Amino acid sequence: MQDLFGHSELKDIAKKVYDGERLTREDGIRLYHSNDLLNIGRMANYIREQKNGNHAYFIVNRHINHTNICENRCQLCAFGRDADDPKTYVLSLDEIEEKARSCRDEKISEIHIVGGLHPELKLDYYQEMMRRVRRALPGVIIQSFTAVEIDYLAKLHNLSLEEVLKAMMDAGLDSLPGGGAEIFAPRVREIICDKKISGERWLEVHKAAHRLGMKTNSTMLYGHVETIEERIDHMLALREVQDETGGFLTFIPLAFHPRNTQLETMKLSRNTGYDVLKTYAISRLMLDNFDHIKGYWIMIGAKMAQVSLSFGVDDLDGTVVEEKIAHDAGADTDQYMSKERLVKMIKAAGRYPVERDTLYNVLGEGF
Amino acid sequence: MLSAEINVVLGKVLNGERLNMEEGVALLSCSDLTLLGQAASAIRERKHPKKAVSFVIDRNINYTNVCRCQCKFCAFYRGETDQDAYILPKEELFEKIEETLAVGGTTVMIQGGLHPQLGLDYYLEMLRSIKERYDIWIHSFSPPEVQYMVETSGLTLDEVLKQLQEAGLDSLPGGGAEILVNRVREKISPNKVSWEQWMSVMKVAHKLGMKSTATMMFGHVETLEERVQHMIRVREVQDETGGFTAFIPWSYQPMNTNLGGETATGVDYLKTLAVSRIMLDNVPNIQASWVTQGARMGQVALSFGANDFGSTMLEENVVRAAGVTNRVPLEEIVRCIKDAGFTPAQRTPHYEIIKYY
Repeated sequence: MQDLFGHSELKDIAKKVYDGERLTREDGIRLYHSNDLLNIGRMANYIREQKNGNHAYFIVNRHINHTNICENRCQLCAFGRDADDPKTYVLSLDEIEEKARSCRDEKISEIHIVGGLHPELKLDYYQEMMRRVRRALPGVIIQSFTAVEIDYLAKLHNLSLEEVLKAMMDAGLDSLPGGGAEIFAPRVREIICDKKISGERWLEVHKAAHRLGMKTNSTMLYGHVETIEERIDHMLALREVQDETGGFLTFIPLAFHPRNTQLETMKLSRNTGYDVLKTYAISRLMLDNFDHIKGYWIMIGAKMAQVSLSFGVDDLDGTVVEEKIAHDAGADTDQYMSKERLVKMIKAAGRYPVERDTLYNVLGEGF
Repeated sequence: MLSAEINVVLGKVLNGERLNMEEGVALLSCSDLTLLGQAASAIRERKHPKKAVSFVIDRNINYTNVCRCQCKFCAFYRGETDQDAYILPKEELFEKIEETLAVGGTTVMIQGGLHPQLGLDYYLEMLRSIKERYDIWIHSFSPPEVQYMVETSGLTLDEVLKQLQEAGLDSLPGGGAEILVNRVREKISPNKVSWEQWMSVMKVAHKLGMKSTATMMFGHVETLEERVQHMIRVREVQDETGGFTAFIPWSYQPMNTNLGGETATGVDYLKTLAVSRIMLDNVPNIQASWVTQGARMGQVALSFGANDFGSTMLEENVVRAAGVTNRVPLEEIVRCIKDAGFTPAQRTPHYEIIKYY
């Protein structure tokens, strides 16, 4: 059947993909400029199948955002607030422990905690947070603190990245989420997050974590002011680190939501359906040393997320409770999807549902 | 069915052979989503080699929400005595038409309910009063409404459609088709016209020279066989009359309805769309339904057989009543079409291109 549709302008790239050859920067750019959505999807699906068979993963997890006070106030963000804003909050350690304890019966395998850069929250607060969450949820993996938060703590205490990471690990931290990567290009960061750490620094934090034996996630926030070239360069920077450390678990493309952010006035167009699916597929094709590509349903809605399973995605993330960051930016999806609905969705896409933990250990399958 | 067998079926499709019921069901059951998309795209390209994706600038106007049909999947209808029951006053109707013309609109789609107090004269008078005042295409009254006019007037179907046409009706929308299988209709819309009645309204309209569309509302209680049966029934009549301009599959929206349940998944929508394109070899246009699927899925539908973005819909009330509020302004429709590599084109209700963007 492949031959019946074999007139694609992307034939040479397809050959490389099926021969297992690594794609170049130019290949990535050409893929983005092509409108041959289905052939790009089929190539990505081939690689997905090579790496993950018929499995489609999900996780049962819970999010806690401990504070929305943030010194960086990135232009891209609708969640962070200045300290004197009446709508700020900081969760006390007791409140965090209570939140963690309240999901004991939900059979979660991961707790995901990220927040703003709050000048008064010091390392001891975070260490105690880790200890208490660990106590409240024994056996649950703690995936917390973006590279941006780790860097902030290092600067606040004049410590090295390793020292901060080590201290957090000793207190219970298992893994870093992939947030704060945005687009690595300095030109873009200047516009969308001018106070945030550089792309290089973000990669340093993850490399340090990998050296200490931690596995981490990676992300790319796209669909704002970046060019196609800058997206591909972002993927290539991650690919290079992954060659070196092998510490990335997954890559998560995040479609930008402009609402309520400072970028809203720029009248940016929303990512189209083609752009969303192409970005999944192209990241699957470029990131040949990543095992997993995640379609975070909360950003794109259940329908597109399910369709993404045919465009290179093998993981739909989780049944998330209390997601604040994407929703403050106007994500029009639900905050929670039941495990039953996720399983049904995965089966209806012809995949085999597998519940995983953070490290992709299988916790349940089939259903 | 094994993938080798799917390939045989798709081979037939690409050879221009017609598929039967079993083959249609096999395709709907196939989990190779992009393969179905490729087959549907190949057919779309043959029928529409210019790579234009068209849309009509129009407005849905609902003259009343009172309806004695009370279909279980519908969130729009009200009883005659309900507080929010309404009949649209003439002045408002005219205002809506003027707004439509002001933004370059060519068409109004007027639909409502089966209101016990409104007879054929009301509709004839509505059509005449519009045509007296405005140069606008009237794409109105789905078969259940026309059949209701037949019942209340005591005239024949032929006579009712003739009078409507003389009064200014240009074409019929394809609503009320739901699933064209009576087992399903008894479950979800027991008071509505049978599939045979729906089809005879369309056949007579086509015979009188009026074109129509055909819709399919799927993803509720029907089986895959019944979806394909629906497509085959449309195909058979199309062989006979050639009067269907477009086929519009859209998924049932459960919120605020008696039927409840969940809406079809994204994969189910795209597969059903692709199979519609493949099965309906004699229907020229297949519409994407951004109103029910959202702009992103609507755009992706262009890779799954759709060649038309439907209507820009300055106003839409029926799907909105079922809790779905996808608003896509004209510029966004144009951007989505271009971004997918197609040429956006405004068309008339009978699919003549007026303007390329």
